[in-house]
Amino acid sequence: MATTTATPLETEAEAKAAKKKEPKPPFNERWLDKRGWTRRFPLLPALVFIIILTQIPFIATLIISFMNWQANYPNEIFFGTLNNYVTVFTDPALRSSVFFTIVLTVTVVIVSLALGLGISLLLNRSFFGRGIVRTFMITPFLIVPVAAALLWKHAIYNPVYGLLNGLLTWVGGPQPDWITDFPRLAIEVQLIWYWTPFMTLILLAGLQSRPGDVLEAASVDGANPWQTFRFITMPHMRRYLELGGLLGSIYVVQTFDTVFVMTAGSLGTANLPFTVYETLYSAQDYGLASAQGVVVVIFSIAIATFLLRTVSSLFEES
Amino acid sequence: MTSALAPAPSKLAAQRKKSSEKARGLGSRSGNTIAGIAAWAIGILFVFPVFYMVLTSLHSEVNASTNPPSFFAPLTLQGYKEFFGASSGASPWPPLINSATASIISTILVILLAIPAAYALSVRPIKKWTDAMFFFLSTKMLPAVAGLLPLYIFAKYLGLLDNINYLLILYTAMNLPIAVWMMRSFLADIPVELFEAAAVDGAGLIRTLRSIIVPIISPGIAATALICFIFAWNELLLANTLTSVIAGTAPVFLTSFVTSQGLFLAKVCAAATVVSLPVIIAGFAAQDKLVQGLSLGAVK
Repeated sequence: MATTTATPLETEAEAKAAKKKEPKPPFNERWLDKRGWTRRFPLLPALVFIIILTQIPFIATLIISFMNWQANYPNEIFFGTLNNYVTVFTDPALRSSVFFTIVLTVTVVIVSLALGLGISLLLNRSFFGRGIVRTFMITPFLIVPVAAALLWKHAIYNPVYGLLNGLLTWVGGPQPDWITDFPRLAIEVQLIWYWTPFMTLILLAGLQSRPGDVLEAASVDGANPWQTFRFITMPHMRRYLELGGLLGSIYVVQTFDTVFVMTAGSLGTANLPFTVYETLYSAQDYGLASAQGVVVVIFSIAIATFLLRTVSSLFEES
Repeated sequence: MTSALAPAPSKLAAQRKKSSEKARGLGSRSGNTIAGIAAWAIGILFVFPVFYMVLTSLHSEVNASTNPPSFFAPLTLQGYKEFFGASSGASPWPPLINSATASIISTILVILLAIPAAYALSVRPIKKWTDAMFFFLSTKMLPAVAGLLPLYIFAKYLGLLDNINYLLILYTAMNLPIAVWMMRSFLADIPVELFEAAAVDGAGLIRTLRSIIVPIISPGIAATALICFIFAWNELLLANTLTSVIAGTAPVFLTSFVTSQGLFLAKVCAAATVVSLPVIIAGFAAQDKLVQGLSLGAVK
């Protein structure tokens, strides 16, 4: 690259040498031109594999969503109907499941992000047993989701022998039937318990990547802790909060295990993935299940668009 | 190091160190004590349900179901014996073996596919490698229900329902994007000179992979494998839809505990503990790289 500077070349030999160098592309690009396929080849197995198993099924879902196809009526299968989408958007049960999906996702993500931020700020300080507390915080995330849902349903929420009512007995409190009385809250609390560790980990990584020299400069200039937090930590953390929020949303929108175990979709807690599963499994209405699946995808794409932007900004930085 | 050269080293250095530590949020003693107490309290609150699960699994059924809870009841392995089929019910071994098969083989496949792919995205990149990266990432955002129905119908008509091999292929696709992203970030950290030297010495792709890349990134491979293992082991929606009696996995087996069956809390807790144990082990083993995996390599 040095040869392209505007400095006039003194001798002809030098000019010649430069000219000779110019058209020859660097090692990397030469590879690109002549042997592009040797470059692409290692990528192909993974790429083909993923296309076959994710893109083609989705296209099939899209096609089936415009079909009348119920497994119990094999003679009435045909293509070219919008009935499934009409059902998706008019059936009150489905509307409730769309609504609950949104409420669940927003509640769980915002609360666990807020908790995660607070906890990560605590964990970022030095105190006795910091490593142990960090390990404690990770543990809920390492319980298999079905097992976690069973644990909360039977050992914690159960009205007769659950831990919550057991503790309430000690203080002489009431004995509510948690899941029946507060079905949505019960699911939300369990999911917040599960997802807060995830948010804490991401935000802690963000806190630890704050540039030390900037923090030091702020300290030398006499910034108080609140000013440091407000003007240095928060701007730096914004993208980590976005990343946590968006990744959390992608995962929480897809919640199936907790709903399946805790309430089996009753009491107004059927979210979209559970509804799709039920339409497919119990009702055997393939067309409708597909249309529901497409609606979930549209939701996810809306979130994913923002997520991709955030990830790419973090990605380009590193 | 610089403090040794400074004219009045000790004082200045101490001051700088203090201001730097304070800036990092590691400062003031009393503040740290309060933060430490708060952190301990919250940490215990979060870990307590897990602790209670393990404790209850070690109690007898009668002691497990008291109100208020009997924390200090004598310990017994009865719950575990019941879970492994002492008196009644199906044995959990076939589902556990199915889960292990699906998780381990899919993880091996993922790694085998991801390393060359990551190579083509970092060491000797294709032209539009960022596009390829984001394509992989975007497939991770397609919810499982998006393809669930065709995958179910396809299996139904080809007789692949209740077949663990079908499930493990799907788990491979499910985890591949994560693995590609993680592997790429590990490969990108290897100095380019090493590859140039290998190319000069005439090493081909296979040779470069085997003799240079794999040895250097083996800790990264281990972390990626552990995270893919966790995701495959945890999965329920696909397993519950596509398998039943023969190929049912451990999470599917756990769903048989959804409805209460008399006094069974110790057994449920034992089941939850046994099924979670591999994930807990894998998670602690991968602790340092856990964030990187969960954030698809976006956070290091």
